[in-house]
Amino acid sequence: MIRLPMVLIFSALLFSAGVYGVLARRNAVMVLMAIELMLNAVNVNLVAFSAELQDVSAQVFALFVIAVAAAEVGIGLAIVILLFRNRASINVDEVNLLRW
Amino acid sequence: MVGLFGVLAEEGGAAAEIVHAAPNWFAQNAWLVPLLPFLSAPLILFFGKRTPGKGPIYGIVAVGASFLLSLGVLWSFVQDGGPYEKAVEWFTIGSLHVEAGMYVDGLTAVMFVVVTAVSLCVHVYSLGYMHGDSRYTWFYFVLSMFTGAMLIVVISDNVIQLLVGWEIMGVCSYLLIGHWFEERENSNAGIKAFITTRIGDVPMMFGFFALIALTGFTSASIHDAEEVIAGGEASALFVSITAILLFGGAIGKSAQFPLHVWLPDAMAGPTPVSALIHAATMVAAGVYLVGRFYEVFLAADPWVLQTVSIIGAITMIGAAILAIAQDDIKRVLAYSTLSQLAYMVAILGVGELGRDAAFFHLFTHAFFKALLFLGAGSVIHAVHSNNMSDMGGLRKPMPITFWTMLIGSLALAGVFPFAGFWSKDELLIVSNKTEMWLFVAMLATAILTAYYTTRMVLRTFFGEYTGHAHPHESPRTMTGPLVALAAATVGVGLLGAPQLGAVFFDWVYLEHPEEITFVAWAAIVGSIGTLAGIGVGWAIYKDRTVVDPMKRRLGGFWTVLLNRYYIDDFYMAAIVRPVRDRLSAFVYWTNQKVLDGIVNGAATLARGLARVVMWIDRTIIDGAVNGLGQITGESGGLLKYLQSGNVQWYAVALFAGVLVLTAFFIRLP
Repeated sequence: MIRLPMVLIFSALLFSAGVYGVLARRNAVMVLMAIELMLNAVNVNLVAFSAELQDVSAQVFALFVIAVAAAEVGIGLAIVILLFRNRASINVDEVNLLRW
Repeated sequence: MVGLFGVLAEEGGAAAEIVHAAPNWFAQNAWLVPLLPFLSAPLILFFGKRTPGKGPIYGIVAVGASFLLSLGVLWSFVQDGGPYEKAVEWFTIGSLHVEAGMYVDGLTAVMFVVVTAVSLCVHVYSLGYMHGDSRYTWFYFVLSMFTGAMLIVVISDNVIQLLVGWEIMGVCSYLLIGHWFEERENSNAGIKAFITTRIGDVPMMFGFFALIALTGFTSASIHDAEEVIAGGEASALFVSITAILLFGGAIGKSAQFPLHVWLPDAMAGPTPVSALIHAATMVAAGVYLVGRFYEVFLAADPWVLQTVSIIGAITMIGAAILAIAQDDIKRVLAYSTLSQLAYMVAILGVGELGRDAAFFHLFTHAFFKALLFLGAGSVIHAVHSNNMSDMGGLRKPMPITFWTMLIGSLALAGVFPFAGFWSKDELLIVSNKTEMWLFVAMLATAILTAYYTTRMVLRTFFGEYTGHAHPHESPRTMTGPLVALAAATVGVGLLGAPQLGAVFFDWVYLEHPEEITFVAWAAIVGSIGTLAGIGVGWAIYKDRTVVDPMKRRLGGFWTVLLNRYYIDDFYMAAIVRPVRDRLSAFVYWTNQKVLDGIVNGAATLARGLARVVMWIDRTIIDGAVNGLGQITGESGGLLKYLQSGNVQWYAVALFAGVLVLTAFFIRLP
């Protein structure tokens, strides 16, 4: 039997890995993947609490999050493709036109 | 109370009763008479120089038409009788309703004829006399204005309108007397005439205000005021003062002592102007004024009319004596005018009969004095000098001028059957009936008049010519009016001849309560006086010499006469110099130092204040506004670096914020 705190620690580590990826990676695709990690860490949390509290409404939330993440990744990858066509690069450091 | 106004007063009637039923066309349209010269004046001014003949044609046609209309008005008055009044609303000030209107009675009709007839003669005469003058067109413009203004005075039914005409006339006289203003002396004469008459005009204006006050400030009409006076509502003292104030205007315009000084100097103007001013218009206006407001004078205390008589008597004799010593032919005539006008003024002071006699003399005098002035102008034109010592023997080269001037002179002297005889006879009869001392004064003046007239004729036309020009008869435009006026001089006296019914007096007075009857001995005494004067004159001047023989005989008195009794010098020293030199210097000083000082001080103060305000504006207000702008700009310049464009840095900030908030909320409980 896996205990709840262990799952929460796992999801926190996963979330932290996602945060690190979003903040530190230069590759836009990697950043998008890191965002997926953060969203899935949340999903793990939701499912863990659903099992613990015997309530399925949290699992419904998790399904919503997966659907929204799919849409987000679709749009995000489309942006990355357009970016690559224009710049021949997907380095987010170089995407800084909106500045002073 | 007699006469028209008296009748009205007895009936207590309103002004509407004056208007008689169905007046004929001329009486209804009498307003055309003054209007025509006023229409011709702008025509001359604006189109004169482009018209062949340089413009006089407009004036002559207009005045000629006015003359014919005047005859029509007189005829209509003789036919239908009755004064005719018509007025239109002019303006309203509070309760005071002023109308522009006309009042046509016999006096107006007679004055119309006199003014337009003399003015027409002067207009025609000036064609020759002013020929080649540098301001020919302008001269005719002013002449037309002058005639129109006099006619306005004559036709007015209210004091405001009368004052307007009166003052236009004053201005025109100033312009005409100073017509040749290139010479200082002439422009001074114009100024003197203007200012001296103005001294009389000021009291007159107050007299007019008093008349308006009598109506309770509701009407400026002469008749409304006279009704109030006739109704006995006004106090005798107030009426007396009003009358004496009005007489002030007459003294000024008619050049009576002590305001007579302007008239001899007015000879500086062109001679036709002298004829117009001294015969029919300007000086006659003063006598007309007294006649028009006679009801006021009659209602006043007796001392008012006595003053009128005394002023007249002083001027009459004083001026006649001055005339005997003048060498300038126009000055002789000028003093003669003073003296003759004084006749009218003096006789106005004795009552209604005097008014009749005064206007008859005004009527005849207008013709023969115009004739004499125009004749003198003709002589001056021929010999290029005003002085009789430069003339002499002119009867041969200038026969028409000689004969017409002789007729005029006989009329002035009062020789039967010329106009002056008849009017002077009336004066003597009336004064004999009323004031004996006035009769004596008039008789003395008549002798002096005959004397200086004889002197003038003998020194001008008889003996040998002693001038330096080549005298010749004047052109027809000048002799024509002379002949016309000479014919009138012979004829008009008969209008007042008692033997012929004295129709003139029917005209001047609608009601003639008392006929002026012929008194044989008055005529005989008058004629003896005249002949005596002529005889003495003949004895002294029949052998003409260049230097006047009386100069040696009169000695010091002659000098006094040449200096006009030193009255002009007295005015110069007592009034003109103090006012002109000291008062004006004081006023100048006050203006320069005090008034300018105040103005400049205020300006300096305002400039100082403005500097302070400017400093506040520039430093504090502008500093605050600019400072705010600068601070905003610089802080913006620093803060802009936060907007790096690097999304990850924004995310770092976001997470940092979340961590801070988390730490905050965890610590809080």
